Amino acid sequence: MAAVQWRSHGRNYDTELQRCRLEAALVDFGDYHPLKPIMVTDTKTRRGTRKGSTSSSSSSSSSAPPDPLSSMLDGTDPLSMFAAASASETPPMSHSSSTGDLGRRKREKEEEAVGPDFEPWSLKRGEILARFTTTEKLSINLFIGSDRGKATSQGSAVSEKVRTRLEELDDLEEGSQRELLNLSQQDYANRIEELNQSLKEAWSSDQKVKALKIVIQCSKLLSDNSVIQFYPSKFVLITDILDTFGRLVYDRIWTMCSDPRPLPDNFTVEDVNDTAKETCLNWFYKIASIRELLPRLYVEAAILKCNRFLNKSGIQETLPRLSAMVRGIGDPLVAAYARAYLCRVGMEVAPHLKDSLNRNFFDLLGTFRQISSENVRAQLVLQRVEMPEYLTLYSPAISWILQCIAYRAPESLLTEMMERCKKLGNNALLLNSVMRAFRPEFVAARATDFIGMIKDCDEAGFPKHLLFGSLGRSLASADPPESERLTILNEAWKVITKVRSPQDYINCAEIWVEFTCRHFTKREVNTILADIIKHMTPDRAFEDAYPQLQSVIRKILTYFHDFSVLFSMERFLPFLDMFQKDSVRVEVCKSIMEVFIKHQVELTRDPVILNAMLHICKTMHDSVNALTLEDEKRSLALLIIGFIRMVRLSHLLYYVNNNHNCCFGLLYCIVLICICCFCFNFGVTFFFFSALQVSFGRDFEQQLSFCVEARATFCNLEPVLVQLIHTVNQLAMETRRVMRGNHSRKTAAFVRACAAYSFITIPSLSSIFSRLSLYLLSGQVALANQCLSQADAFLKAAVSILPEVPRSISVEGKLRSSESFLVDFINSFLATLLVIPDHPEHGVLYLVRGLLNMVQDYTWEDNSDAKVRVYISALPLLAAMSQETYLYSIPKVDSNDTLYGGDPKFLSEINKLCETLIGQILDHLKTLGRDEQSTRRQGALAFSLFGVLLAHGDLRNNKLSQLAVNLWNLSHKHGCCETRTSVRTLEFIKHQTQQPDMTHLSDMVQRLTLQSRT
Amino acid sequence: MSVTLDIRLKRANKVYLEGETVAGVILLVCKEALQHHGISLSMEGVVNLQLSSKSVGVFEAFYNSVKPIQLISSNIEVAKAGKIPGGKTEIPFEFPLHTKGNKVLYETYHGVFVNIQYTLRCDMKRSLLAKDLSRSCEFIVHCQPQKSKVIPTPVNFTITPDTLQSREKNSLPKFLIRGHLDATNCVISLPLTGEVVVENSDVPIKSIELQLVRVETCGCAEGYARDATEIQNIQIAEGDVCHSLAIPIYMIFPRLFTCPTLETTNFKVEFEVNVVVVLHDDHLITESFPLKLCRL
Repeated sequence: MAAVQWRSHGRNYDTELQRCRLEAALVDFGDYHPLKPIMVTDTKTRRGTRKGSTSSSSSSSSSAPPDPLSSMLDGTDPLSMFAAASASETPPMSHSSSTGDLGRRKREKEEEAVGPDFEPWSLKRGEILARFTTTEKLSINLFIGSDRGKATSQGSAVSEKVRTRLEELDDLEEGSQRELLNLSQQDYANRIEELNQSLKEAWSSDQKVKALKIVIQCSKLLSDNSVIQFYPSKFVLITDILDTFGRLVYDRIWTMCSDPRPLPDNFTVEDVNDTAKETCLNWFYKIASIRELLPRLYVEAAILKCNRFLNKSGIQETLPRLSAMVRGIGDPLVAAYARAYLCRVGMEVAPHLKDSLNRNFFDLLGTFRQISSENVRAQLVLQRVEMPEYLTLYSPAISWILQCIAYRAPESLLTEMMERCKKLGNNALLLNSVMRAFRPEFVAARATDFIGMIKDCDEAGFPKHLLFGSLGRSLASADPPESERLTILNEAWKVITKVRSPQDYINCAEIWVEFTCRHFTKREVNTILADIIKHMTPDRAFEDAYPQLQSVIRKILTYFHDFSVLFSMERFLPFLDMFQKDSVRVEVCKSIMEVFIKHQVELTRDPVILNAMLHICKTMHDSVNALTLEDEKRSLALLIIGFIRMVRLSHLLYYVNNNHNCCFGLLYCIVLICICCFCFNFGVTFFFFSALQVSFGRDFEQQLSFCVEARATFCNLEPVLVQLIHTVNQLAMETRRVMRGNHSRKTAAFVRACAAYSFITIPSLSSIFSRLSLYLLSGQVALANQCLSQADAFLKAAVSILPEVPRSISVEGKLRSSESFLVDFINSFLATLLVIPDHPEHGVLYLVRGLLNMVQDYTWEDNSDAKVRVYISALPLLAAMSQETYLYSIPKVDSNDTLYGGDPKFLSEINKLCETLIGQILDHLKTLGRDEQSTRRQGALAFSLFGVLLAHGDLRNNKLSQLAVNLWNLSHKHGCCETRTSVRTLEFIKHQTQQPDMTHLSDMVQRLTLQSRT
Repeated sequence: MSVTLDIRLKRANKVYLEGETVAGVILLVCKEALQHHGISLSMEGVVNLQLSSKSVGVFEAFYNSVKPIQLISSNIEVAKAGKIPGGKTEIPFEFPLHTKGNKVLYETYHGVFVNIQYTLRCDMKRSLLAKDLSRSCEFIVHCQPQKSKVIPTPVNFTITPDTLQSREKNSLPKFLIRGHLDATNCVISLPLTGEVVVENSDVPIKSIELQLVRVETCGCAEGYARDATEIQNIQIAEGDVCHSLAIPIYMIFPRLFTCPTLETTNFKVEFEVNVVVVLHDDHLITESFPLKLCRL
């Protein structure tokens, strides 16, 4: 094919822009327009019916634009009607004839239900299991009953059946027992779980007797406290089984009466059919005949809920009876847990029955002296358990009971409870549970009393630091009277500081830190920190207390957000020094950084903060090593970047916002964001949009030197370096903004220093695309600051590393082809090249040529059109370059349009270049044409070249228009062109022909034919 | 060819009073039509007495078992010989519970030597080749509630070594156990209640139990035999309970195994409850209370 002669189509960007704008059409007042406010003419008063509705627009005023949706409706809208209905509690669509009754029931139910503020057992459960463990060997006494029940023939009379069943029960009690000895705790738990499973199996295979047997056997285990430390956990495990059993029985009876339709939730006795009642009664009779006290008690408690099937007052009568039954349990620990179980079941089934809860507690108090009885002492000696440890075994049970009692209890009751505890000689165990279970507000209001009571306690049984710990926990969430606060802290700390064991000390101190932080200033907190340091430093006791120390830091950080105050605490940094284990220290630093980033809104140039934070960041940075995970690095980098951001003065968007009319600014911004998106694929982009309100000072130089220092400090974290380069670039742009674009000698030197910083830093990055985009960005910044040679250097550097781009890169751990990234980069690079003036010592279009040469030499993927696509996209650039005035320019920088002033020599250079490019493209198209499979690609490329010719080429030139027609035909030759696009293109060309200087296109349209795909 | 025969009573709990009507259905399920030679249904109430081998010799016990006393008996023919269609067939029936003459319907009771039982029995006669089918079903009779009111008779008790009738009184450790039963004339459907308080005890207590005992007396020509056997034993305290704290006594009378105290010319059924205190050194202290059960 003969060489093509390229002529760029001359453009007048201003008129084109004018033409593109939509015409403004005036709308007459009376005309309909969807966005015009709808005037409401209907002004009926709807107040009466719309009481309680959420929409506040009333009909009286129509000046505010009313909601078109609501005005569409005549009268009240259905939603607010519902709202009004529910507010006045007269549901209009209730099916029940007695609506009042329904409402009452609903209310009753609300009263009954335990609110979400009640800490459920399930939460306590795990806590207890984790806390009460043992290394002693355990044993299970079990009777695996014979399956005699199965042997009973169908024909036997009821009496026989009953007898055999009862015999089986007896058999269980006296019969062959199997003892499992030497179980570890885990084995034990597994065994219990097995029992739970076999219970379910037995139940589902209709072996109800076996199921009952299992439950009885399990609850019998609870009377055995041979490994006393494990008892609370055992209780938890076994009551799980009991709960399962209770549920199974209840569900079964429930299903028995759900025929024909299921029972409502609030069913009454009358709704239950006789068979179900009989079955239920049978269960109760059966359980009433269990020989041993403890199983009888527990199993009956487990199916307490079933009383609902029998009579109204069943639960109400049973609970007190069961509570009284507990009195028969001699062992105080076993009894306490039995009571806890009763309270638990009671709360679940009938939370309104407070009386039995109270009775339980009073009984507990009544039997308290049992704890110090001879029997118990002997047992403790036998098991080698110390009294304090023994007492802590009670705390879950007592706490639970008290929690149930205290739940929504009136103040007077709590006071009464407290008095009763006092009467018992301020028993420490009780006091502890009272403080833990009662509402924090209640405890806080009487904090001084409690301190007095704690002091009066005898030290023997229960360590005081635990008591203060509990008190502290209450005070942490509720405030004592203002006047008492300091005394409370003083009194408490007096005791705490005397605690010998560092572990006990820190456990208690950690709790009180919260109270201190809440109500006092840095002075007191500092004192406490000093005290903690004093206690924890000897023998490196802090090594065992990292979790508590961390929690101290966390608490301080929740209350002290002002970092200048925080770091002015003398003891804060020494406190941090106690974290000597690397992982913990980094954790702590991270938590500090997180708070800093979250709460530091204002810039601070406070050298104390900067130094301290730099120190903390350095600690985090230094923890990075070869083994650090990628994620970890990323999160560290993010935190450090957050810090650098806070030190930063101004913001790039500021610049953009002040330069609305500067096209380059917008371009720049968009390019930047794109770069950010793929530089580091985590959400760094967000900070470009965030802190517009950041204040700024003018000591830029100091900041640059900060960046230099930071670069040295954080050299291991690439994202941080990237951020630093962005920071410095921003600094340069900020300077430009402050100087309103007219750099003085000093500021010019400064921006050059900034450019130098970037230029030095960029090569140390390993990611090639980070480097490329930063070169481009820094080049743009340098250009904007009139540093032409620096800009040249950046762009040249970018071009020179292009060949290094690997063919594939790893994106989020996956290997991807780099081609699309590269093409994108080159495109944005080309966009920048438009405004770059040619270097006087190099030839015309030096950079463009250089780029194109690199593109040519680059080893593209086989079978890829990327190179040609780059060529195609270079054509619009060249076309834009040949315009008289360029589409965009940089203030105070003369681009080629001014430099050459449309010199024909320059234009012919461009045209030559274009011709070469087109030649290359056509060659490629030819190559593609040889292969059957690549016709689709050929078509697509031809079409895009056609597009470029149409938009940028001067088609008055015959050869060029001939080429365009040929390309059109080529792209349609194989029918793989999308018809819709073709039609749209044709329409566009036809539209264009109506322009005054585009008439020549009409000839061409005639020659462009659509080919139907057949 | 399978067929199942069943008796279904209308009342789920199968409890009837004298004068009421026992109603229900005979349920026949077969796959195909079934030929039979007649179905009959009989109701019977019988007191079975047995002499214990302890009070009379083994052989006497075997041979001399007293003749059962029939309380009620009736028989009806449900269906004449014929065919029953395949599928589920329900034949309703009703039996009035009326006695003849001055006989009384005693309450159902399952004991060791005395058994009072009421059964329905359904027989289906079939041809020689097929076996006859039969099915029986027990139902429970409660005697007419007592008209008069029961005035509770509380009983207080104190147990010390001195109150015991024991030879080794002196070797016993010191203890003082007090308590009361709310009533000894109990309503059978209500629990036995009371309290027991361990005031003091030198030796720790191992367990406190309630033992329900039946005392059955059978009269016959050679005299009578009286035997006391345990019905059930309920533990009310385990371990060394807190002193001077009232522990509840609570026991539900088991169904079938208890009945209102019964005294007839031929036999007697009476009940007692024992409060048993087991000391840690395995001393067993028992205090016995005769009960009079009735039905209200």
